[in-house]
Amino acid sequence: MGIATTAGGPPSIEARRFPVNDGALCVKGWTSADLLRSPARLTTPLVRGRTGLRPASWDAALDLIAAELTRLRAEHGPDGVAVFGGGGLTNEVCYLLGKYARVALGTSQIDYNGRFCMSSAAAAANRAYGMDRGLPFPVADLRAADTIVLAGANPAETMPPFMRHLAPCADSGGLIVIDPRATPTAERAALHLRPAPGTDLALALGILHCVVEDGHLDQDYLAERTTGFADAWRAAAAWWPERVERVTGVAVADQRAVAGRLAGARNAYILTGRGAEQHAKGTDTVSAWINLALALGLPGRAGSGHGCLTGQGNGQGGREHGQKADQLPGYRSIRDPAAREHVARVWGVDPGTLPGPGRSAYELLDALGTADGPRALLVFGSNVAVSAPRSTRVRDRLAALDLLVVADIVRSETAALADVVLPVTQWAEEGGTMTNLEGRVLLRRRAVAPPPGVRSDLAVLHGLATRLGQPAERFPTDPETVFAELREAARGGVADYHGVTYDRLRAGEQLHWPVPNTDHPGTPRPFLDRFAHPDGRARFVPVTHRPPAEPTDADYPLTATTGRVLAHYQSGAQTRNIDALVAAEPEMFVEVHPDTARRHGLDEGDPAVVVSRRGRVRATVRHTPTARVDTVFLPFHFPGDHRANLVTNPALDPVSRMPEFKVCAVRLEAAPADGPPDEGRAA
Amino acid sequence: MSPRAVVIVGAGMAGMRLADEIRRRDPDGERVQVTVLGAEPGPAYNRVLLPGVLAGTMSAASVTLYPQGWAEDHHIDLREGVEARAIDTAARTVGTACGAKIPFDALVLATGAEPRIPPTEGLSGEDGTPARGVVAFRTLADCLRISADARPGVPITVIGGGLLGLEAARSLAVRGCAVTVVHPVGHLMERQLDTEAGAVLAKALTRHGVRFRIGRTAARYLPGDGLKLDDGSHVPAELVVVAAGVRARTGLAEAAGLPMAGGVVVDDTLRTAHPAVYAIGDVARHPGATPGLVEPAWEQADVLAGLLTGTDPQARYRGTTVVTRLKARGVDLTAMGETTTDPDDEIDEALRLSDPARGRYAKLVLRDDRVRAAIMLGLPDAAASAAYYYTNDVPVPEDRLAVLLGRALPPAAPAQDPATLADTATVCRCNHVTKAQLTAAWRTGAADAAELSARTRAGTGCGTCVPLLRGIAGWLAGREQEAS
Repeated sequence: MGIATTAGGPPSIEARRFPVNDGALCVKGWTSADLLRSPARLTTPLVRGRTGLRPASWDAALDLIAAELTRLRAEHGPDGVAVFGGGGLTNEVCYLLGKYARVALGTSQIDYNGRFCMSSAAAAANRAYGMDRGLPFPVADLRAADTIVLAGANPAETMPPFMRHLAPCADSGGLIVIDPRATPTAERAALHLRPAPGTDLALALGILHCVVEDGHLDQDYLAERTTGFADAWRAAAAWWPERVERVTGVAVADQRAVAGRLAGARNAYILTGRGAEQHAKGTDTVSAWINLALALGLPGRAGSGHGCLTGQGNGQGGREHGQKADQLPGYRSIRDPAAREHVARVWGVDPGTLPGPGRSAYELLDALGTADGPRALLVFGSNVAVSAPRSTRVRDRLAALDLLVVADIVRSETAALADVVLPVTQWAEEGGTMTNLEGRVLLRRRAVAPPPGVRSDLAVLHGLATRLGQPAERFPTDPETVFAELREAARGGVADYHGVTYDRLRAGEQLHWPVPNTDHPGTPRPFLDRFAHPDGRARFVPVTHRPPAEPTDADYPLTATTGRVLAHYQSGAQTRNIDALVAAEPEMFVEVHPDTARRHGLDEGDPAVVVSRRGRVRATVRHTPTARVDTVFLPFHFPGDHRANLVTNPALDPVSRMPEFKVCAVRLEAAPADGPPDEGRAA
Repeated sequence: MSPRAVVIVGAGMAGMRLADEIRRRDPDGERVQVTVLGAEPGPAYNRVLLPGVLAGTMSAASVTLYPQGWAEDHHIDLREGVEARAIDTAARTVGTACGAKIPFDALVLATGAEPRIPPTEGLSGEDGTPARGVVAFRTLADCLRISADARPGVPITVIGGGLLGLEAARSLAVRGCAVTVVHPVGHLMERQLDTEAGAVLAKALTRHGVRFRIGRTAARYLPGDGLKLDDGSHVPAELVVVAAGVRARTGLAEAAGLPMAGGVVVDDTLRTAHPAVYAIGDVARHPGATPGLVEPAWEQADVLAGLLTGTDPQARYRGTTVVTRLKARGVDLTAMGETTTDPDDEIDEALRLSDPARGRYAKLVLRDDRVRAAIMLGLPDAAASAAYYYTNDVPVPEDRLAVLLGRALPPAAPAQDPATLADTATVCRCNHVTKAQLTAAWRTGAADAAELSARTRAGTGCGTCVPLLRGIAGWLAGREQEAS
């Protein structure tokens, strides 16, 4: 995507021919310039006074934050202050944010919203391949596929230009979509499997069963390139297709058909998305799909493979450079002494001063303002009041803080709760790199000047760090300078960026990490010869199905699942400020099968309340004949008492700490006429 | 407190599952010490998968439940080849064939069932063991034994047209054997199917190479020759596979004086009449469990593990919702509930679809919008959704025909003819562009699809609508020509 500016006129968007989007954009892209000049844009710091948030000078705002952070650190120790980042920030900001937390604040309490997005896929890829790169192949490779299985992904709405890569496969009848909903993506599929929400893991096991039974195992590949099949099979053997059929509702014949199509294809891919991942068993679910891919010999073979689809703009890079609770730059583990040593040397500090792993995103939010939890939180690039599960609890925790600082471009729902709001630059106003879903590093150039009064995230971190006594040169404000340091910190790590330079990117080089040195051409397909484990082999992980954390019962007989719609992005803080997008999707709705709606006396367009044990969300009924009768769908882009996350279940995955966004037990009620907002009341 | 000594008699699917479930709750053996006595040598295996082994699609190794060394790694004292001979309920010990007495705080009977050989002349020897050329279809060893003889063209007769017999017959047909099923009752799978479904099933299996002698009983077996039936006819058989039901292995329990009802009677805590003796799986009789299926055994193991480890003292077994699923390649059959309900019965709503020529039959019995019983033959989608609605007690959609057919009939394809497409119809979903907006763009100067796209952004997202966009451009151009 590019941006054109004319003297004095408003900036406008132009589509750039680029491998991932192939020159295509959806309505979110076309309208993204609207936000650059939006009246909703924040242009001055705000500080809470007795009458609410009031404009303040940058110095006053930053001085206040620094004083409060110093006081709270003194009273409660370094872990008394916390940081929350985002997967939409540039690599440079992610990197400096992690450094700021560990060095300037000395806190272990840092995590980011990618925990709610990619963490299950990342954990599963790491344990299978020894490396987590969303797609370990260029996205354009998908065009030559005969068969593609999309497990829990709806790119036709969440990433429309990506559909162009699926089109050749879809046109020739090779697209298989696994989704409880009949999405626009599923409409393109030759075969659409509709498992009950929370049962994808069982489905993957059932298909693996068919692979074994029908003689599709790639025995040579298993012997040469993998370990652990026997144990994984033993766990899967208890999930024969007929048993899986009962649990998932997916016919044995369909399970067998998927196995047969994958096995019979010359080029086949399995791609997972949030539908598979956002569960309390998300990591195991992705492992089950990876096991299936390995059994068929797909990963690490030219023209085939497995990958996961990234959710946020910098979802990949965002999880590589140290804003995750257990990570240091270069995708290094904060527990690894050698990694600590290396990064501490780059940062010029004693490795012993680096904190250890901190709380994961939901656990961090859940602990705010509690007896042993942080008293202050700095939020960059995230709208946790809307995007975190069990919103009522999260809002209460945010309110219990002594200091909440939010750096954002608009007054998001989280910013509205803050003590200090800092107006920061957005995409076209700030240079920096992003790493896309195929592990390719992209340079984003500054195209327009930010509005007066707005500072970059890097400048904000610089201002805060120096006020805490850090040397100025330790927190540069120039993205290229930060990147030069990031290259050193990432050198030799799993995500090795050492050979990536702004000059190479400016020259148009396509660099997929790892890029160990400046002569290295990058690694578009890292697994062709070996996987990243020391023995070079991929590992099967034995996994078994278990039911959702919260089963339905007589009081909460329906399953709620959440997701995105085309017109909005994430918490909607940005897209709800763009007229064209609001016009397309103006209000919160709930998709309900007409029979289910009728049983509840609800007509199309009626106001309803979806109730769980944790809260109530108001939504307009949308009759959806293709919906499952036992499931309702809630988009998560809307604020206030329309937040889907008022009802979601914060049950966490034991490995990735991903909350169970995709399934919880609810009931449906007619909304009381013109009642007061009732978000806070638990059911 | 020293751990409680639990002795499990039987190392099959039920007994080993219980040991596994106990260790999931008590990984280090702090609460419970587990001993498992297995009469047969060799590892436990998954009996459900035996039809695959018989068909030759699964290896014997692929159906074993636990790897070598698993029990040891999990602090389970697994004693293979050690047969329990007697229970001393007063002393709380179990005696083994080799004379040892193993003390227990809780004893669990998981001895399973053994095949019943019909009293047909010649089928079994004087000691009750099968005669030469006769094999029951029950164990992995049976399976391997049958497989050894199952060459293409070899005549094999299966006695019993129930679930297991038909699975065996279909597997043998996969191998190319000349299979005949002898079934004494009027239709196949009479416990699960009504007459019509039984007839359609026989027809479907016939198409897959299985022959039937239905309503006939074997009168006499002549080794190396075959079976003589009660009507005097003769069925050649080099091998006779017996699948005529099983009986619970209750010897130990009977000797200990525990009450029986075709198996050891247990309550909702899986306890027998003796407070320290429990039973699960095929040897147990609980009113809510159907013997012969693995799901009840596994659910019972789950409950009992919670009770014995004390991790879930409130756990109770209330029965298992059974869905019968025939594992037979090419024949998709599912049955659930009381399927013999008369469709004309006024209390229930019943639907039926019969298409014997194509091997399809569906029967759906509903009450209060819930599935009470169903038979789905040759309708895989309907089978999957009916079983799901039944298992989860989910109300079925109003469109009963869609339920009966499985997939709702596809909605009428939206009109894609540029001329008849409604003005308000969305052409490009990614960018919310309607036909009316395209027409307007044409009027203001766009002259082809590319220009329409440039002005409205239609087609610049996922690209799905590009063919339609071209169609509309062509139609608009045509209209213009007509007008001029």
